[in-house]
Amino acid sequence: MSLKDKLLSSYIAFEDNLEVDSPIHEIRNRSIKKFENDGFPTKKDEAWKYTSLNSLLKNDYSVFPKQLDNTIELKDVKKYFLHDIDTYKVVFVDGVYSSFLSETTHDKLDVCLLSAALSKPKYKPVIEAYFNKVAKEESLTSLNTAFAKEGAYIHIPKHKEVEKPIEIINFSTGNEAAIFLQPRNLIVVGENAHVQIIERHQSLSGNEVLTNSVTEVFAEKRAYVDYYKIQNNVVSASLIDNTYLAQERESNCNVHTFSFGGKLTRNNLNFYQNGEYCNSTLKGITILKNKQHVDHNTLVHHIAPNCESHQDYKSIFGDASTGVFNGKVVVEKEAQKTDAFQQNNNILINDKATINAKPQLEIFADDVKCSHGCTIGQLDEEALFYMRSRGIAKKEARALLMYAFANTVLESVKIPELKRRINKLIANKIGVNLGFEI
Amino acid sequence: MLHIKNLHAGVEEKDILKGVNLNVKAGEVHAIMGPNGSGKSTLASVIAGKEEFEVHKGDLTLNGEDITELDPEERAHKGVFLSFQYPVEIPGVTVTNFIKTAINETRKAKGLEDMPASEMLKLIKEKADMLEIDRKFLSRSLNEGFSGGEKKRNEIFQLAVMEPKLAILDETDSGLDIDALKIVANGVNKLRNKDNAVVVITHYQRLLDYIVPDFVHVLMNGKIVKSGSKELAYELEEKGYDWIKEEVNA
Repeated sequence: MSLKDKLLSSYIAFEDNLEVDSPIHEIRNRSIKKFENDGFPTKKDEAWKYTSLNSLLKNDYSVFPKQLDNTIELKDVKKYFLHDIDTYKVVFVDGVYSSFLSETTHDKLDVCLLSAALSKPKYKPVIEAYFNKVAKEESLTSLNTAFAKEGAYIHIPKHKEVEKPIEIINFSTGNEAAIFLQPRNLIVVGENAHVQIIERHQSLSGNEVLTNSVTEVFAEKRAYVDYYKIQNNVVSASLIDNTYLAQERESNCNVHTFSFGGKLTRNNLNFYQNGEYCNSTLKGITILKNKQHVDHNTLVHHIAPNCESHQDYKSIFGDASTGVFNGKVVVEKEAQKTDAFQQNNNILINDKATINAKPQLEIFADDVKCSHGCTIGQLDEEALFYMRSRGIAKKEARALLMYAFANTVLESVKIPELKRRINKLIANKIGVNLGFEI
Repeated sequence: MLHIKNLHAGVEEKDILKGVNLNVKAGEVHAIMGPNGSGKSTLASVIAGKEEFEVHKGDLTLNGEDITELDPEERAHKGVFLSFQYPVEIPGVTVTNFIKTAINETRKAKGLEDMPASEMLKLIKEKADMLEIDRKFLSRSLNEGFSGGEKKRNEIFQLAVMEPKLAILDETDSGLDIDALKIVANGVNKLRNKDNAVVVITHYQRLLDYIVPDFVHVLMNGKIVKSGSKELAYELEEKGYDWIKEEVNA
């Protein structure tokens, strides 16, 4: 049975177990039909031209993995948390909430579970107002919506400045030979509230994992959202990340994506600026080896006037790794005085590595500032000579240059401990012993 | 210290240097002057070991050792320092971190431990003060957004920290105003001693008022065609290069 058929038949059993009066019952039914109709995307779809899911879809995934008790000990996974600082944690193991590893709260803000938010009446108004309201009616997102059951639910009331970062971590244990996970996160940040979120997917075994994740973020007026995605998974794990951010007036949303691992990673990152004077930042560092593949598919939709967006993606491709950058900026007719900037720089350090870069600007307004730049190249020989002439050996000079190239993206990371960690990860990926920290 | 004999070098088959002879002893300052395109920067690059240049013929030795086959970093470890005409911008690495890496890489090559952090800090501060470099400057990305003068001052700052045996200053004076020129020259002079040597490449005599050379050489069409004392620099400033061309052709 194909994965599509398996999912469609699982849905019937899944739906039987759900309350019919659930606020999202109708949405689920509509979504599974969308998926049934469209199926998994293929290379014939323009948006998937350079990324094929074919080989991944051949695995016999367990869609509802069986749960074993105490499969994870804290000492084994501690390194995946920002353990040196205090954080809220929403942790899932094979798609199921782990109260043991988590640290949630209901004290003046909600950092908890989507399953709770979907079932308890007191959350019903929020679910009705926000759930699936920014997510696109698109095949993979709809598939996730149909099965939406568990994930992080974060609601920050207005004027609340969350004092510590929130970590959302999805572990997979390898209890099953292959699993298909579909976490669903809903994050609502109230007026003038501030929050920092770190999201991570981590497999603890060499078994196949395919994750189709959907995250919706709503930033109300003057809200400030810092979102960090750490993608450093094992080589048997693949991720399709669908993230949607809806921004109201004067809100500020920054998403940093650090892609260092995994077999195949597809990031569908979508920003919608609904109010004036919004600011959106999309930054990414990608460092790949072997046959890894990362596809950044970004959209910034400028709907209201006087907004800004800044994109800066830096990638280093080694061995036979492949990358895609497809950055789309749409400026609607009403969105005058838009300031949109996109930068995408790539370094290929091996003849077998590939990058497909495609900036797309669709501008319907006439008084805007939009620019984009894309470079694909090798390491600068003149810079290498400069460094070597100061006594730095060739290997270290190359590494330092790659490090420097990627490192500029880190300047905007606002959690020092996270910055330190990512900095170390980069040094490690590049194979440089820096002897200094930023 | 530096011994160059009948040096032919260039890119691929083509010679840019066509038989250079130069002998620099410890404690000496040599100035190399010459019109544009005469091969001055090529000579500097060849001494420092830039890979795009090939030595086709002749000798290039440092303290008696043939260095033609050595990598640039190996030459640096043996005490060669090239102050670049156009220092490269490296965003993402601060001045301080770059210097730390350069020092510790050089120490590693000599089988030494990393320099203790406190000692490093002291050294950097001391040399920064000597060259009147603002502390804020040290935490900026290397050469990124620096003015021409700042870049050159940063080169001499690195020179001061690295304390090389042989310093080659490639057009260090270009882009410097007179005050900066004095500071830079003063820095170089303070570093001079009987065990090291300086080769100054310049278009103008101006820098030589402050870094006074023992010898002045004129490089023309890939050859040193005339050598003399510092007076030769004044003569060149006044009369240009045509009279030398005529002398050579005669």
